[in-house]
Amino acid sequence: MSAAPPKPQRPSSWTVRVREAGVAALPPEKLLPDGQPTYVASWIYVFGVASIASLVVIITSGSILALKGPAWWHYTGVGHFFNSIHMWSVELFFFVMVVHLWGKYWMAAWRGGRTKVWITGAVTFLVAVPTALTGYVSQQNFDAQWISTQAKDGLNSVGVGAFFNVTNFGQMYSYHVLLLPLAVVGLVTAHVLLVRTHGVVPPFELDKRAVALPAAAAKADGSTAAPAGGAQS
Amino acid sequence: MSRVGDLLHPKDDTQSWKGRYAHYDLVKEASIAVGVVTLLAILLAVLLSSPDDKPSTIAQWSREMPVNFTAAAAKELAGTSGTAGYGPPYNHNGEGQHAAFLYPQKWLGVSHPINTANDFVIDPLKTVPNDPALASAISQYQAAPEKTQKAWGEAYAKPLEEYETALEEKKTPPKAVGLDPSTGAVTVQASGAGPIPTMMSGLLALAKSGGLDGSLLTSKQFFQTDYTKPLLFMADGGLLAERAEGQHLLGGQWGMMNETGSYPGQPWLWLYALWYQVEPFKSSANADILVMLVMGVLSLAFICIPLIPGINALPRKIPIYKLIWKEHYRETRSSA
Repeated sequence: MSAAPPKPQRPSSWTVRVREAGVAALPPEKLLPDGQPTYVASWIYVFGVASIASLVVIITSGSILALKGPAWWHYTGVGHFFNSIHMWSVELFFFVMVVHLWGKYWMAAWRGGRTKVWITGAVTFLVAVPTALTGYVSQQNFDAQWISTQAKDGLNSVGVGAFFNVTNFGQMYSYHVLLLPLAVVGLVTAHVLLVRTHGVVPPFELDKRAVALPAAAAKADGSTAAPAGGAQS
Repeated sequence: MSRVGDLLHPKDDTQSWKGRYAHYDLVKEASIAVGVVTLLAILLAVLLSSPDDKPSTIAQWSREMPVNFTAAAAKELAGTSGTAGYGPPYNHNGEGQHAAFLYPQKWLGVSHPINTANDFVIDPLKTVPNDPALASAISQYQAAPEKTQKAWGEAYAKPLEEYETALEEKKTPPKAVGLDPSTGAVTVQASGAGPIPTMMSGLLALAKSGGLDGSLLTSKQFFQTDYTKPLLFMADGGLLAERAEGQHLLGGQWGMMNETGSYPGQPWLWLYALWYQVEPFKSSANADILVMLVMGVLSLAFICIPLIPGINALPRKIPIYKLIWKEHYRETRSSA
């Protein structure tokens, strides 16, 4: 009679535990899915990815400006061109993000346990505002002079001016190129991971309609019942 | 449940999707989006560029508006300027703004101390070399009792204020203030102003040479990035406001959400700027804190939308979702 096979030992490594927890929460096929529910078929969905794309352009153009220093764009044509790209990508970022937020509001995209998805998105918008403001007051031109001397009163009135001085270029530049972008990127990452975890919010009255559809039905256009990563909660 | 009940406590019957999935290439879509936004940003940059109006300097201000500069400097010395009476975080000369029992400006204290008489006038004047008359005037001023300093300051400031008011009202300015257009020198006929005329002439000369710009920036160390002092001094004068008015940047013109030229500026601050255009904020001495508190509450509400009864039920009641998921509903109807 042969002995029972030894039980596989659970590794005690912290690293393994973190990895296993990460993979369990968000397996690779869910993180990078190759299928989306068929209801994800509207132009409004473009504005989420457009927000991230704008952020990529902002960070890239901002990094180029940071590489050359804050004065570069004032005295070179190339620098001014990159500053223009940076400025317009910020305008695009806010525009697409606002459309994205309105779209998500009218979808009530917090339904089905997605409250944190909404909260991270809303906080991202609110943190993006001072990120842009610190950029405007770091420009070293008349706009920076005027905006900083105006903005100080609001911030001083609630005590924020005591530790966040908009007329201190050095402090504002640090906030603009490092601290606040780090916060925005962190929030966007959390937001996207939450979207991947919970999936895109289904339409209203989904329960009745989903049941009416045969789960295994496959369409001629290639849509399937559950592709890799498609099983979303 | 009643209609009101529906609105206040919407039922969340959202279930996991058990229907079909369409093929989707996430990485491809993201790459295309980055490409499109990059092209759009480049196109806007090429066609519209970006604003870059040169900053003002104290030297420019003193050369272009010598009387305005002298009037502002006299107020800094007398402690009657906007910065001198601002309160925290710059000094203890005011309580700052408050809303009901909330005094956060006062509670956070003075973190960037500024004594306008010393920092903006007396200390910079002390850096002027080889001017015995000026050195004597400074000594005389500093040795005088506070009451005398105040009397000198008021005697000197009065004709300057009358001059500025006359200019604003487009009237003939009083002759007590003279401006030599060729040299830009300002003379103020003020009896009982003590050493102040000598000090102000010295400060105007220092400002025109560009020395005051550097003097206000340099304090404890060689490398400086803090422009608080020169900016606050300039904000007490008329040059920044005059330029801002020409560019539609004043508070009553939707303020700092605009930008020089016809550029969009920060339109996302529209709601913040809006409150300053309406009562009771518009005329309130505590407008800043009131607007900030309103925006704080609204921001919190924005974050908490999923939890706010009524607001979180509106999307279900106003069927914009039918437009968004038009294809889905059409497909579902045809399958049923």
